[in-house]
Order: sequence, then C-alpha cells, then structure tokens
Amino acid sequence: MTENRIRPIVMPKWGLSMSEGKVTGWLMKPGANVKVGDELLEVETEKIASVVEAGDQGTLRRIIGEPQTVYPVKALLGVLADDDVSDSEIDAYVASYVTPAAAEEEEEAGPRYHVADLPSGRVRYAKRGEGDAAIVLIHGLGGDLDNWLFNIDALAERASVYALDLPGHGQSSKDIADPTLRGLAQALIAFMDEVGIADAHLVGHSLGGAIAIQTAVDSPGRVRSLALIGSAGLGPEINSGYIDAFITAGSRRELKPVLQHLFARKDLVSRQLVDDVLKYKRLDGVNEALKKLSSSLFAGGRQQAQLGDALRRVNIPTMVIWGEDDEIVPAKHAAALTGKARTHVIGGTGHMVQMEAANTVNALLKEHIRAGLL
Amino acid sequence: MADNPFPLSREDLLKAYRTMRTIREFEERLHVDFAKGDIPGFVHLYAGEEASASGIMMHLKDNDRIASTHRGHGHCIAKGVDVREMMAEIYGKATGACRGKGGSMHIADLSKGMMGANGILGAGAPLACGAGLAAKFRGDGGVGISFVGDGASNQGMFLESLNLAAVWNLPVIFVVENNGYAESTSVEWAVACDSYVDRASGFGLPGVTVDGTDFFAVYEAAGEIIRRAREGAGPALLECEMVRFFGHFEGDAQSYRAKGEVENLRANRDCIKSFAERVIEAGVAKREEFTAIDREVLDLIEDAVRSAKAAPLPTAQDLLTDVYVSY
Amino acid sequence: MARKISMKDAINEAIDLEMRRDPTVILMGEDVVGGTGSPGEADAWGGVLGVTKGLYAKHGKRLMDTPLSESAYVGAAIGAAACGMRPIAELMFIDFMGVCFDEIFNQAAKFKYMFGGKANTPVVIRTMVGAGFRAAAQHSQMLTPIFTHIPGLKVVCPSNAYDAKGLLTQSIRDDDPVIFCEHKNLYAHESDVPAEAYTIPFGEANVVREGKDATIVAYGLMVHKALEAADALAKEKVEAEVIDLRTLSPIDWDTVIESVGNTGRLVVVDEAHPRCSIATDVAAYVGQNAFGALRAGAQMVTAPHTPVPFSPALEDLYIPSGGAIAAAVRRTLASGQGAGAQRKAS
Repeated sequence: MTENRIRPIVMPKWGLSMSEGKVTGWLMKPGANVKVGDELLEVETEKIASVVEAGDQGTLRRIIGEPQTVYPVKALLGVLADDDVSDSEIDAYVASYVTPAAAEEEEEAGPRYHVADLPSGRVRYAKRGEGDAAIVLIHGLGGDLDNWLFNIDALAERASVYALDLPGHGQSSKDIADPTLRGLAQALIAFMDEVGIADAHLVGHSLGGAIAIQTAVDSPGRVRSLALIGSAGLGPEINSGYIDAFITAGSRRELKPVLQHLFARKDLVSRQLVDDVLKYKRLDGVNEALKKLSSSLFAGGRQQAQLGDALRRVNIPTMVIWGEDDEIVPAKHAAALTGKARTHVIGGTGHMVQMEAANTVNALLKEHIRAGLL
Repeated sequence: MADNPFPLSREDLLKAYRTMRTIREFEERLHVDFAKGDIPGFVHLYAGEEASASGIMMHLKDNDRIASTHRGHGHCIAKGVDVREMMAEIYGKATGACRGKGGSMHIADLSKGMMGANGILGAGAPLACGAGLAAKFRGDGGVGISFVGDGASNQGMFLESLNLAAVWNLPVIFVVENNGYAESTSVEWAVACDSYVDRASGFGLPGVTVDGTDFFAVYEAAGEIIRRAREGAGPALLECEMVRFFGHFEGDAQSYRAKGEVENLRANRDCIKSFAERVIEAGVAKREEFTAIDREVLDLIEDAVRSAKAAPLPTAQDLLTDVYVSY
Repeated sequence: MARKISMKDAINEAIDLEMRRDPTVILMGEDVVGGTGSPGEADAWGGVLGVTKGLYAKHGKRLMDTPLSESAYVGAAIGAAACGMRPIAELMFIDFMGVCFDEIFNQAAKFKYMFGGKANTPVVIRTMVGAGFRAAAQHSQMLTPIFTHIPGLKVVCPSNAYDAKGLLTQSIRDDDPVIFCEHKNLYAHESDVPAEAYTIPFGEANVVREGKDATIVAYGLMVHKALEAADALAKEKVEAEVIDLRTLSPIDWDTVIESVGNTGRLVVVDEAHPRCSIATDVAAYVGQNAFGALRAGAQMVTAPHTPVPFSPALEDLYIPSGGAIAAAVRRTLASGQGAGAQRKAS
C-alpha cells in the first residue's frame, strides 16, 4: 500500500526527444497541500521551459530536485504523501527509488520516428498510442512534429496520434512539388493513404490549420473533426515581417528575437529551441522551400486563401483555439467561424499556444475529439 | 609564292613571328625603361628564349593551361595575355593584368589558360599537374604545361611532380628551359645528371632535348608530346637548350659570363633572326612582310608603354580587396 | 534523420554528399583509398585512421591515392582548383605542412590577390591536428596559428560531429582555400547529426554554454576541456560562458566581445604554443577593442613552449587540462575590479 500512500513527482517526458530536464525552480514549498493540476515546479528541457503540474494530490513532503540541476526523465524530483506517512517511510522510499533506464523507455515506446516514402518524397512522422481513432497533428510554417511535444503523448491515451513533418520541413524531403494549400492537402492525404488512415481528427496549427481546412473541404470523408490552433486560412492578415525575418535570419543572434514573436512569454525561447530551428534552416533546400511556400501562400504579405466560408459548407465538427497575444495570426480571425466552431481564446499565450498552455489545450482537444467520436 | 616546306601554314608562321617579335620588343623596351628608373621592383627578361614559348604555345588553346616562371613575360604573350595590360601591370597600375597587385613575377590570366608567372621556382610544376588532372576529369583533351628553368629543375616540387604526373598518367608536359644559368650558377655545375632525358627516364617518362633557339625544332617536338598527352599517353619532359640575352634580372652585371658571350649569342643564336631567314629563304614570306610586322609590334609596345604611364595608380581601397571571395 | 554519429563518420558523410552533389569534387591524399596498386583490397585503409573508408566504393576514381609527395599533390589540388575543380587534399598530419607549405601559402593563399581578383582557388586541405595520441613531436602539433597568419586562407577547427559535417560542407562549397583541421582525439566523439547536407557559415562562433561570470574562448578539443572546467566551476557557483570559435579565420570577434561585455573576464584556451597563437590573438584583440569591459587581465591557457613530448606522463602534462582552465578562471575572478565579488553577486 506504500505505493499509493507515497506518490512520486518525477521528471516528466515531454515529447519524443526529451531524455532529461533541468529543474529551474519550485513553485510550491515543502508542506504545501497539493491538488491535482497545481503548478509544482518549473522545468527547462532542451526545447523549452514549462511547468510541471501535479498529477496526484497530497502534501508536498519532500523536495529532491535541486534548482539548476539536470535530471533524467522519470528521476525522482519530489514526494507527495498523506500526512500520516512517517518521515522514515519517505526516507526509505526515496532511498529505494530507481530511475528507469532510458534504454528500457525507448524500447517500451518503440522507435521515435518513422518514415513514409511517398511518390512526392520522404515524410517523417511520429506515432504514439494504439487507439482505433486516428489523430493527425499538422504543424505550421517553419515548424516540425516536435511542435507537438507537449501534446502528442497526452492525446495518445485513447487514440493513434500521428505527427508529421510537412514537405519542406523537419526531416521530410525538402522538395515541395506543389506549394499551394491544395497541394499540401494532397500531400497530407497521400500520407494518410500510405500509413493506412481512413479518416482522422485533424489538429492543425497555423499553416497546418489552413491545410487541415483545405483537406476537410476537398476530402470531407477523410476528416472526422477539425481543431484549428492559431490557424491560417481564416483572414487576410499575417505577420509578414515575422515570416520574412524567419526566412532570412542566418544566425542564433538574428533568429532569437524572431522566434520570440511566437510566444507570449518571451523567456520560453530557449537556446536549444533557437539552435534546433537554426539547424533546420541550415539544411540544404530549406530556404528555397520556405521561400516557395511563403511566396505562394502569403504573397504580398497577405494570406491568399480565405477558407472560412468553404468550411462552413462542410459538416465537420470544428473547434478553434487561439492564443490571445498571437503576434503572427491575429486572434480576431476566429470570428470567421462564428456559429460554426466553438472558439477558445487563451489569455497570456501567443502563437505557440499548444506549447505555452499545453495542459489547457490538451484538455480542450481531448474533449473536442471525444465529442467528435460520438 | 613557293611551296610551304614548313609544318605551319603561312598565316601561322607570320603569327609565330609576330609573337616572338612582340616578346623581343617588349623585353628590349623594358631593359631600356628599367634602366631609366621608370619601373618599380625588378624584372627578369625572356629575350633570346622566344622560340620556346612560341613554338610550344602555337599548339595550345585556352583550355590548355600553363604554369610559368619568374621569367614569364614571354609565356604570357605567347599564351595570349593582353600586352597593354601586361605593361600596365609591370608599371604597377590599376589597369594592369592583376590591377597592380602582382607585378612582373605574377602576371596571370586564367581565362587564357595562363596560371601565372611565379616567383617561387618550381612551384608551377604541381599546379600544372593540377591543370592536367582537371582536364583529365573534364575529359576535354586539355593539357597542363609546366615551365621551369634549369635552376628550378632541381627543386623538390618539380621532381615530385614528375613522379606524380607519371603515376597518375596526367596530360602534363614539363618544359625545362635550359638557358645555362640558375641566376648566376652554371647548369654544368648544379645539375648532376648528364642529360634531362636521363632525368626524365629516371621518373618513368619520356624526355626530348631540342635546340631551343630553333623554333621549328621546338614546335615539332612539342607537337608530338602534346599530341601524346592529349590522347592519354601521359606526361613527358621537353628540354629546350636556349640562350639568355640579358642577366638574371635587370641590373645584373653578369660578371659570371664569359667575355663576348652575349654578343656572340646575339650574333649567332638569335632565334627570331634564324626563323625569319629560313622562312624568307624558302620563299614562304617576304622580308617586307616581316618588316611590316616589326613596325606594328614597335607601335604596339610604344602604345602599351604610353598607356601604362598614363594609367591611374591603384588606390588605398584596392589594398584590401581581392584577398578572399568572401570573408 | 538526425542520429548520433562520430565526427569521423560525419566527415566521411560530408565528403560523400558533396561528391554526389558536385562532380567537380575530388579527393586525394596518402592512403585515402589505401591500397592502390597493392595485391590486397584496393581500398584497404580509407585513410590512415579510416576516415574516408567506403568512399572509394561509391565514387571510384574520384578518390586518388598519392605517392608520398605532399608538395606535388597538394600543389596539384591547388592547380586543379584554379582550373575549375573543387579538390579536397588530405595532408595526413598538419605537422607535414613543412614539406608542402609553399603551395599552400605562396600559391593557393595568394592567387586571388596577386592576380588582381581574377582567380578562385576552391581547395580544401583536410589535416589532422592535436596531441593526445602518444604520437610525439612530429605528429601531434596544433599549428593553426601558422595558417591564420596568412591572408587568403580560411582556417576551420570543429569540436564535434555536427559542426564537422556542416563546416566541411561549407569548406567544400566555399570559393576560397580552406585549411580544415580535424582533431584526431575527437574522431570518435559523437553528436546528433542530420543525414541531409547542411552548412554552417564561417565566422560564427558557437556559445556552447552560457554564463555570466567569465568567458572561456576555445576551439577544437579545448572546447571539451573548457566545458569540463565550467562543470567544475558550476559546483563553486561560478558560471563560465564557453565559446567555441569553430573557425579561426575568419574569426567571430563580435561574439567574443559581446560575451566579455557581459562577463568582464576572459580566459583563452589554445592547444597551440603560447607565442603568437590564437590565444594571444584573442587576448590582444579584446585588450585593444574591449579594454573597458575587462575587469581583470585576460588569462591564457596554452600548451607550453616545448615540442609535444612522447611519454604519456609528459604529454598529459603538455595538453591544457580542464583543471588548468578552471584555475585560470579562478585567477581572473580573484584579480582586478570586483575581485572575489562574484560569489556574492550570484
């Protein structure tokens, strides 16, 4: 019964590539009464800083994770327990705790990434979960499947979740046969065909949102529901200054302030995040791919496609999520689907709302998808 | 006009003469102007050796590359580098072949296949191997020609290149322009082997020695080994035994030479004179035709000097440019 | 796909990808194929440490063994570069520069300038550098400063597999002659490397660790020693910033100056000898251009002014250690303005 009376707080695994994290500070003091969902501590991963929320309730009896110290995933950072558990029992628990080895984890989780070889090129994707329903996560311009690192595991509890690198992105082929929304929607369908997804709940962020809408409009039978996050395709405005600067930035120094436009909390843009984007941008063919997409989709600094009306004509459950402080695509574009879609504007977050308010977004997505399953 | 007994057309004979005469007048004029103090630095003159440069270069096209020496004016002219730009370069002017940054010892024009005169003796041999290698990869039948004097023929870079070219079977010709002196040191003393043909065979390549003051001898020998190289038969060495009308550089008192040596050479082994006489004697061209070329060449050289003197100097801004393509 | 591969494999991959991309890329050197003309396997070695192993099978005659004639084949690479090829010449050890230096510094480095901008020489000279291999005085030197001294040459020295691939790709595509220095003790070092081709621009230092108390500037193997020092110092609540220069010519002065502006304290680490080195260069530059930012004199940690010794007992003393670097950081913190205040401030 000790296991139930003593509940560990461990280093979380946010996303496929996380193997360790750094404790940056505790938000609760020893002795605090913790409820599920309370913000316990801040952790910085190689990708991003975020908050660890309590998954159990109890008294915070022990803080083990020291600030500015790096721990592997699942390392013991603290102990929650009922008040009647003795200190010596907790000592014994801490002393006997063994962090599961990363290798076992890897094996248990299967390979991190898969590759689908489509006629148009290679598509890298991640797959989590084994549920009957399929969810496909579609990132935005310049992003990759790791944009979903705080979401993919949460959504995988009752579904098969796929996150792909769009053509020209991540580790997919950098050639883009057709840089139009229709072309990208076709690439998505080709991907679904290749991996055997008959129909899916599409979750699209930014450009990925517009691709999801286009797919729903062109191939409504393949789409069970739509969740559009900070989506393109719903209004003419787009921060073209950001897009141009993202494409031209050639160094860490130039790129960091650009990426800060993506977040409401600017300090979330970690060195590693900047580095990862820079490493992507330096791959052969990326610059050409981004320019091709940008000049096709956002010519003259305006979004060329307005898909709100077309979407209204399709009977697919749709939800819209926006970061209130989105500096890339304005939150007012949610109005394009008034009456069609439930809209959630989340305060204190920016364009990357699925990272900045991962728990909230995950809860909304689960509820939306569950409703769509009925 | 009589039948042409030479292996060159009348036009090519006149062209070869013009090349040799241009080299000669270019050098004679530099000799005079250098003494006046008009020219900065120092110059090494090719006068007397013209038959070698022209006899070889008559076989070459722009995609054939040559790596020259410190005594490079003749090679430049014969390979088609612009005479006015050369003169401006020697005067250190912004309009020079190298914008005044190279000078006499570094005149180059890659577009003409001229990979540079070279201040480092023997350094051109590996470069010519590279030219041959590039031609081999391109498969365009091009050749690389390395020029060295008898002096630089003792350099490790040159000797290594003979072996490398043989091992890689490169289309490269090593021309030893043996004028008898490494600066002031006699070839008789400084080169231990009996002949360059022996030296070549020690490295596994064929060698030929010709009278370098005989244009036709050079032309025919060079033609044969260049043809072989173009056909993939590999490198060869060509020794041209020749004469130097001036010192190692201008201002050299030449006290190491025998009394009357130069006067004797000018009288009896002037390659241009003997060339003209043979062509006239065979009735292929008239003396007046050569005289007309002489006049045109003098005008060209006069014009080159005048325009070089009038040309602007490079400016402070030019000091820092052209170090890198990007930095 | 990013996967962890060694610096040796990253170098091999960069060459492979560029040879696929550009038919003018060729590679030559002693034993780079390693068996030409011998009775056994044609590509028995693939380089003395196997760095180019496997490339012969993929690219055939574009890989060329050479006789032991550095002047001839390095010069040939340079000549071929001036004639439109993009050759990579492998100079097995940088210590062998003495037998081919003319072709590098009087020819390749000077063509562009000497010929008035009319020649490009896109040659890469790959060469092994550094001590720690028990290879003694003529196979262990860090002679980078000799090359950085020469205008017209670019000098690169990566510290990890990712940088090695990106910098070598850039070197091959670059239109200037590049001396690409591979630290033999880093060949086995692994990091995440994308399978695709990518480039890292020259003149961009990498801040490999951020810190506010002192700036440690290093390159090559010394980056790892500097990180060791920073780890040790972190336990003393001293946050050292570690800058990996990555390219030594051009050099990223801005990043160095910016960092010293934040920390006020500078330690330069160089595996080369102490005189006229990268260390003295960086210290002098900062002294001249950011004197006001310095709160204490710059410290240099270098190899001693001796040849590289053979005996492991001596060579281990010769190579700058993490401990020596940490000690230098402590020295700078204990001297100059605000000495000893660091701990209180943090």
